[in-house]
Amino acid sequence: MLERLRHPWSDNRAERTLGAVSLLVCALVVAMVVFVGIHAWPIFEHNGLSWLGSGGDLGRQLAAMQNTTQHPPPSAYHLRAWTLIYGTLLTTAGAVVLALAISIFSSIFIVELAPVRLRRIAIPVIRLLASVPSVIYGLIGILVLVPFVGNDLISTAQKESVQNVVELTGAGLSVTVVILTVMITPIMVALICEALVSVPNSWREGAVALGVNPVRAMLAVTLRAARPAIVAAAVLATARALGESIMISMVSGSRAFSPKPIDGLVFFFEPLRTLASGIVDYHEGIGAPALGSALYAWALLLLFSAFVLSIGGYLIKLPLRKYQVRG
Amino acid sequence: MRPKGWEESVRLEGVERMLGRPPAMRGGRGKRSSPTTWRWVDRVALAFAWGAGIGLCLVAGAIVVYMAYRGVQYLRPELLVQRPAISTSQSGSGGFLDPLIGTALLTVIGILLAVPLAIGGALWIVEYGRPTWLARMVESSIEMVAGTPDIVIALFGLSLFQLSFMAPFSFKAEGGGVFGKSYIAAGAMMSLIALPPLFTATRDGLQAVPGHMREAAFALGKTRIATIRRVLLPSVRSNIATGITLGVSRIIGDTAIIVLLLGDSLRIDPQGGVPGLGVLRGTGSTLTSYVYNNSPAGEASAPQKAYAAAFVLLLFVLALNLLVDRIGRSQADATGLTVAGATV
Repeated sequence: MLERLRHPWSDNRAERTLGAVSLLVCALVVAMVVFVGIHAWPIFEHNGLSWLGSGGDLGRQLAAMQNTTQHPPPSAYHLRAWTLIYGTLLTTAGAVVLALAISIFSSIFIVELAPVRLRRIAIPVIRLLASVPSVIYGLIGILVLVPFVGNDLISTAQKESVQNVVELTGAGLSVTVVILTVMITPIMVALICEALVSVPNSWREGAVALGVNPVRAMLAVTLRAARPAIVAAAVLATARALGESIMISMVSGSRAFSPKPIDGLVFFFEPLRTLASGIVDYHEGIGAPALGSALYAWALLLLFSAFVLSIGGYLIKLPLRKYQVRG
Repeated sequence: MRPKGWEESVRLEGVERMLGRPPAMRGGRGKRSSPTTWRWVDRVALAFAWGAGIGLCLVAGAIVVYMAYRGVQYLRPELLVQRPAISTSQSGSGGFLDPLIGTALLTVIGILLAVPLAIGGALWIVEYGRPTWLARMVESSIEMVAGTPDIVIALFGLSLFQLSFMAPFSFKAEGGGVFGKSYIAAGAMMSLIALPPLFTATRDGLQAVPGHMREAAFALGKTRIATIRRVLLPSVRSNIATGITLGVSRIIGDTAIIVLLLGDSLRIDPQGGVPGLGVLRGTGSTLTSYVYNNSPAGEASAPQKAYAAAFVLLLFVLALNLLVDRIGRSQADATGLTVAGATV
């Protein structure tokens, strides 16, 4: 066997083997979509697309699903998961908007302003932030930020104002968004920095020669040229924020509750649950067919959004080539 | 320019390249314009930029310092060699030997499965790549894997390994159904997590090998596959090393797959009598699931143990980060060739 492997392969055979390996990757992706789709099907069969809508108490629906037998009646599949979708959209949007502001300014800092010595520190630091495992972020969130918010930021009056609806422990929207922002900022900074660096220096010099100050040149010329990259960075970061599960399950309070903006400041402290963190929270009940199917339906939705976002990111990045040709 | 995933971009190699060059604002001689004469919008923007940049560094610094403080406070050498035990008090619940072994096991399984897939795929795409539509499809499916949330991959793994003919890879639960949770199952899904960075690093390395090296090999009468083995693979060795390191750091940091595919037991729980295989078929834990289960969110709530394990995890991640930099730099010094797409 080994002797045969050591023997030089013919080109044809090598091409076929390597091609088969590559096809295996394709097959895996197809299998992933098919498997998740098959398991999610019962939810679509019994609810149509209306499970994306709102209605009823999600917690009670899921509890009913969990308590059914191996052959649940069709009524057990009733699901309205808008609460989770709303939670996902809320955390993702909040984090992406915050991260966008932070990352644009810190990219300007890294590329344009920072002295070489500071830059040498900043780049490894961003790499580090990007590679810290999400469970460590979650741990810091649940042991440091949640108690801090719960004890020091939320007043007793605020807790009492909503005590009949929901308990405010500190875990909730604000902590989730803050940590999520820290997690996705490095990705955006990296992509935006790369774009800023690739903008031809002569454009900047031209602007400065016309008499504007360097910061104005940066804002008016370089940032504008890098706009597609900024959007692409936001899209990639959105994809990452959507799929974050463990960290959110740790710090979001894990309650199927929709934070209501009408509650004023309390809104920021209200607990929530997202699609991905819902899967983690309910994974032990996956043996119950109805609940399992619901989890797979959420996964399918995540898969679909990731797919759409990756296509979107690709399309947005296309105009960047234009600048590279010109430069 | 190819669209890149964030794992590769986040290395910031393009930016690193211009490290030697002074920042744009500092260039040139003569009188620099002073911020005091600028419009206030520009001054605010300048302040924001400094604030954001330094703030980001401070946040990272605070995380590392805080984890180090807690780690030094709670990490005891004996924790590394004790097995976890079930106990109500934090002092009685043992250490994290099993999670450490579990992390190592999963890393090995994941990388062993990912390496042939990623390198084979990259070789085929760069060196053969016919028909073109198929090559594009392979590339986009890897991009799709890169964009898929780990929790979805975990659910996919669960559905795959709960098929009845997959029983040899895990074990049968009481009801006769396949449990679908084992080191093999988790490791197989980990290979999907490690696949994209490994693939991209190898592909970029292969593309950066100058065409004349291939032509020289062909002129000497080497076949394509011989060129790959004798010329191309040796010259992209350090790219592969970078890719593997990135893959390892993703594997050891992943929690969702562990929580779903490795069960909740903190101790390694072998299945069946065969010594080595039993462990692989059984459930257990890794550092990440140990941290998760010992945090207030998990069942075993023992924050001190969680801090200690998280500190060890963070040390691993830092070490891998340094390793990637070292590989990149040594490659650049040795050959002037490229690593992970960056022309040095």
